[in-house]
Amino acid sequence: MQAPMANYVASIGMEVHAELATRSKMFCRCPVAFGGEPNTRVCPVCLGLPGSLPVPNREAIEMVIRTALALNCKIAMHSVFHRKNYFYPDLPKGYQVSQYGETNPLGYHGWLELANGKRIGIRRVHLEEDTGKLMHLPNGGAGVDYNRAGVPLMEIVTDFPPDITNEEEAKDYLVELRQILVWLGVCDGKMEEGSLRCEPNISIRPEGTEMLGTKSELKNLNSFRSVQLGVQFEIRRQAATLDSGGTLLQETRGWNESNESSYAMRIKETENDYRYFPDPDLIPMVFDDPYIEGLRSAMPELPLAKSQRYQRDFGLSTKDAERLLQDRETAEFFEEAVAMKGDPKGICNLMISEFAKQLNEAGLSPRQSNISPAHLVQLANLLASDTINSKVGKEVFAEAFKSGAMPDAIVDERGLRQIDDHGPIVESVKAVLATNAEVVERYRGGQTGVAGFLVGQVMKMGQGRFNPQLVQQLVREELERT
Amino acid sequence: MSISLEEVRHVARLARLDLGEAEMMSLQSELNALIGHFEDIQHLDVSAIDPASHAVTMHNVWSEDLPGECLTRAEALQNAPVSKAGLFVVPTILEG
Ligand SMILES: [Zn+2]
Repeated sequence: MQAPMANYVASIGMEVHAELATRSKMFCRCPVAFGGEPNTRVCPVCLGLPGSLPVPNREAIEMVIRTALALNCKIAMHSVFHRKNYFYPDLPKGYQVSQYGETNPLGYHGWLELANGKRIGIRRVHLEEDTGKLMHLPNGGAGVDYNRAGVPLMEIVTDFPPDITNEEEAKDYLVELRQILVWLGVCDGKMEEGSLRCEPNISIRPEGTEMLGTKSELKNLNSFRSVQLGVQFEIRRQAATLDSGGTLLQETRGWNESNESSYAMRIKETENDYRYFPDPDLIPMVFDDPYIEGLRSAMPELPLAKSQRYQRDFGLSTKDAERLLQDRETAEFFEEAVAMKGDPKGICNLMISEFAKQLNEAGLSPRQSNISPAHLVQLANLLASDTINSKVGKEVFAEAFKSGAMPDAIVDERGLRQIDDHGPIVESVKAVLATNAEVVERYRGGQTGVAGFLVGQVMKMGQGRFNPQLVQQLVREELERT
Repeated sequence: MSISLEEVRHVARLARLDLGEAEMMSLQSELNALIGHFEDIQHLDVSAIDPASHAVTMHNVWSEDLPGECLTRAEALQNAPVSKAGLFVVPTILEG
């Protein structure tokens, strides 16, 4: 689609649903899992059978509070569950348990800071329950699987009016939010499995005007890329409609991944009148400061704070820091190595290159491998002190990764220490020059580039153990000699 | 305050109740009688009482996150009017 004619400003609100990584459901003890045979993880409570009594899952409540704290929210010291009443077949009770109101949700009025320093206001973080799944039957008609009904669901909604103004920020917000959720262990973050779902609402208005335009809401976005493309598409679609004198409808639109465009969804509008009221089956939640402070003090340092610390204290680049912060295990592994008086930059280099490569090939996480933080410290020291060169370093790492042997032991056992003595190197240089007389002639004829080939041959003779700088220097000296 | 016939119709529609005109008229007067009781309560002086969100004074009754027993699928589906392929069969709904 074409870029718009007039100048517009976009406002993007983000509504994110995260299935909490609990073992059991929100109000009953049916297990939580992905997939499986339909209707095998259900009980009278999550099927909404008469006479059943829901009991909230403590872990789910604490996960939401921890998320709210990570998102700089205020915590509702008194909070209740409401019934949101509507009829839909995937909702067994005729209502969804949720949390209504401005200051009743477990967390409210917070913010998330993007990597560029911009703060995105968070309006609320609340706890509710997921619905079942409606499926089409092979020979027409529809059926429902209630395995997902009652799974704890956290809803995170950005401020109104929205702070996000383009598709790039929308994606960045989601990337960072997902990182925090996974970091805290409250959600597995799998967008493709639907455990993290994002529904942005988008509106545009002419530059210089105040009133927000008519918004559309986007559904069916199941990757970061589709969120970015979807928001961009909506901004351009709305601009094109306004440019051509059309009017926009407030509507829900679906995202079509294959042709990268949005379409109006034929949703039978459930009347926007949910008759919220406090759920009489669920009694209030009351918290005090010591309880909240207990949860706060048990929180891990968050990725953004770590990134800033790595750059400040260890002199790492933003990019390198980010690579170490892919997940908590990797970051903690790195910090353990640094704590053993390892060189942070050297350890970082090993982690993001050789270690990452080998882990990726083996399909392992750092702790599952034979490598410990102590291995990295030793190898980084061997490299920093020029005891071995980087080529040998790779070899040593591969061996340590395979057997778990310590780098110092491997170097000693295999006699891999770098050779810095002139004697053996000069000998090899002479031998290489003698057997490559023709190449030497070309060098002396002005083709100085061939020196690299000769250096390579000498290194080969030294089985990679010669000090590379010294080899270069001695080859050049020998070539210049006559 | 009183309930109009229009409000009765609206709430009936939300609750998916198919009511005739006569039923709605009688519900309107019953609901108005009920609301009348609340009007009595509104005359009481409650300025010294904290608002209550619940009838009981307990709070924080929670369960630990330990998976327990479920129904078997046969049990779960036994009261379903129609079931097929392990699913509760429901009326078709428009979407997408
Ligand atoms: Zn259940």
